[in-house]
Amino acid sequence: RTRGRRPLAARAEPQLFQLQVVIEAGDPGCDRHPHLASSEAYHLTVTEPVAVLKASEVWGALRGLETFSQLVHEDDYGSFLVNESEINDFPRFAHRGVLLDTSRHYLPLKSILTNLDAMAFNKFNVLHWHIVDDQSFPYQSIYFPELSGKGAYSSNLIYTPTDVRLVIEYARLRGIRVIPEFDTPGHTQSWGKGQKHLLTPCYNGGHPTGSFGPVNPVWNTTYDFMTKFFKEISSVFPDEFIHLGGDEVDFSCWKSNPEVKKFMKKQGFGTDYAKLESYYVQNMLDIVSSYNKGQMVWQEVFDHKAQLKPDTVVQVWMANNYAHELSSVTGAGLTAVLSAPWYLDYISYGQDWKKYYSVEPLDFPGSEKQKKLVIGGEACLWGEFVDATNLTPRLWPRASAVGERLWSSSNVTNLQDAYKRLTSHRCRML
Amino acid sequence: AENEPSWETPCTELLVSVSTPGCDGFPSLDSKESYKLSVSKGSMLLSAETVWGALRGLETFSQLVGRDANGTYYINETEIVDFPRFPHRGLLLDTSRHYLPLRAILETLDVMAYNKFNVFHWHIVDDPSFPYESSTFPELSKQGAFNAMTHVYTASDVRTVIEYARLRGIRVIAEFDTPGHTLSWGPGAPGLLTPCYMGKARSGTYGPINPIVNSTYQFVTSLFQEVSTVFPDFFLHLGGDEVDFTCWKSNPEIRAFMTEMGFGEDYKKLESFYIQRLLDIVSSLGKGYIVWQEVFDNDVKLRPDTIVHVWKDNSMQYLKEMANVTRAGYRALLSAPWYLNRISYGQDWIEAYKVEPLSFEGSPEQKALVMGGEACMWGEYVDVTNLTPRLW
Repeated sequence: RTRGRRPLAARAEPQLFQLQVVIEAGDPGCDRHPHLASSEAYHLTVTEPVAVLKASEVWGALRGLETFSQLVHEDDYGSFLVNESEINDFPRFAHRGVLLDTSRHYLPLKSILTNLDAMAFNKFNVLHWHIVDDQSFPYQSIYFPELSGKGAYSSNLIYTPTDVRLVIEYARLRGIRVIPEFDTPGHTQSWGKGQKHLLTPCYNGGHPTGSFGPVNPVWNTTYDFMTKFFKEISSVFPDEFIHLGGDEVDFSCWKSNPEVKKFMKKQGFGTDYAKLESYYVQNMLDIVSSYNKGQMVWQEVFDHKAQLKPDTVVQVWMANNYAHELSSVTGAGLTAVLSAPWYLDYISYGQDWKKYYSVEPLDFPGSEKQKKLVIGGEACLWGEFVDATNLTPRLWPRASAVGERLWSSSNVTNLQDAYKRLTSHRCRML
Repeated sequence: AENEPSWETPCTELLVSVSTPGCDGFPSLDSKESYKLSVSKGSMLLSAETVWGALRGLETFSQLVGRDANGTYYINETEIVDFPRFPHRGLLLDTSRHYLPLRAILETLDVMAYNKFNVFHWHIVDDPSFPYESSTFPELSKQGAFNAMTHVYTASDVRTVIEYARLRGIRVIAEFDTPGHTLSWGPGAPGLLTPCYMGKARSGTYGPINPIVNSTYQFVTSLFQEVSTVFPDFFLHLGGDEVDFTCWKSNPEIRAFMTEMGFGEDYKKLESFYIQRLLDIVSSLGKGYIVWQEVFDNDVKLRPDTIVHVWKDNSMQYLKEMANVTRAGYRALLSAPWYLNRISYGQDWIEAYKVEPLSFEGSPEQKALVMGGEACMWGEYVDVTNLTPRLW
């Protein structure tokens, strides 16, 4: 279609001159960080000559501004139009996250910031930063500079304190919380490069093999280290929560280590290494609690029966029978975040957004009270096959399906309608 | 600092020697791409019979050059004698399911050159859109493109692609797929497609190209006359895949024609009738052709120099197809195990790598008929935002 001259008759059209944004709470929150209990509700009235966006807190205003920007469209003459509207909106779930993995592949700052923009377009409000893992340790620690000094892929593939502050502030301005994950005791190979005597030395036939396993749970020095390390993390990352990981702990190295075996005996754990893992995790929860931080953990921590704090958040990620897991977690009175059906790194041919969209997080056997304990979910983009060259097209717009599922009402499920809106939303995001 | 190797006399020149002139020509199926690369103390020599071989050797040379910690470029002493196993090493891009801006095509040609691909199979039009601006039939893109201003390839665009490819030793083989896959041709060429019927009345929808009217063959002749001039390669890809017979069956005129011709209920015969006439037209224009395997499978009478493009991949049946095609004496191209648009999690490059195109039962003469293959990037879920990381 070509642009043409506006027909003369169209002069007396109603005009929108202003969008007034009103934040009603005494403390609007503009200088604070968003948190789980932040209000994201907004009321948008579009009418001539002045539209009004009202929200209790600034976070709601951000959501409303995103919606307003979506309502504005262009006609064939290049004029901007918006329909008269009355919108009362608020999220169904308070925790709507995206997980990025910067250990399997380093992600340059630009990638992370572009992604935060995309998240804001989709009303996501949590960046779960899986910042370190086996493969690399890009987080530059102030107390322990050798961790990234020896553990990063290279000296320029790190996140300095300035980088981290930039991410946190960029996210904050978009109403996005940054929850860092320092996953232990497994997934820690890269920690051992810069921190000697942290990981468990594996044994074979009575001799150390030279390779290492998970963090060593029997040494006092381990907890001294973690106490100091998490003191730093607690002050660097302002969010109330820190993710402690706790997934996929391979017990074979522990089982081979004589000191560990001795400790098991002393503690009366028998041969149940899950008990040793829980012992470790409980100590970690205490350490992090002492810094007034809440904790998020992967589901194994719950499955292996560690004693969790009442406000520990359990992230359900194992795809097999996750509904049952949600029942168990919430049945035990714990809060849950769902990721199992939303592993977006698992690509496949065709319109897989439909299966992400069709997930109903509360579709599990449980009471109303239990269902309230599911505070939301996270789309995960693990980094084994992802770096800056393919992150954006792989994550988006598939993650948009998850974003809508977590924000919109449970009866917004029509795939044909969603398809129409998703295709125009995608073009908007480009 | 570790012991740094003491570099020998710096080499400042790579001498390139090409014995047969041909820089102004186009690469072809018969082009020789062999080259020799000699790197020794103080002398670097790349020699090839043709400029196309020199291009391949230059790519290899660029891969051999390393850089040390001080930033010095270095290269090991090397003796290389290299040539391709298969002469047709292609990549298919689909610019109908989603329009691809020129820069996406040119960027792809660059990466093809890095990987010594030498055929760009341009699946330029199809059902969803007709972006090719035809000088003979301007209405085709005017009515058939997603947007006739912004989502078309002008004559100049096409020339740009062809020249950009040529400079990289890449042939451009255009595919104008018929008689199926032609819905976008309809709006700009009224009367070309078969009107479908619901009982005695037209349903309003259209099917494949109408094979029973003379106007079809007049149109096809004119279009391919133009296409033959625009695209300099000897080969054109004529498509011929996935022809849905339902619409033809519903049309009373076509049914009458079937009876008249004695084809009975065998619509494959009608398809063959169309294809044979198409092949004759294209041949008379002095072009060779490549067709998708259905054309062979449906017993169309093909010229002996037809190239059959094997694409169907239902549980490794493609090897049987390769055997059948070559046993019948036709040359073959393999794409079946290389549909790169079919993404899956993990290191799927391994499956693509493991393919052995000649691992079918056949004589050496048969195997010699396999010209090569093509990686296909169909466009249903691909546009400029994700083409490059999906393909490479």
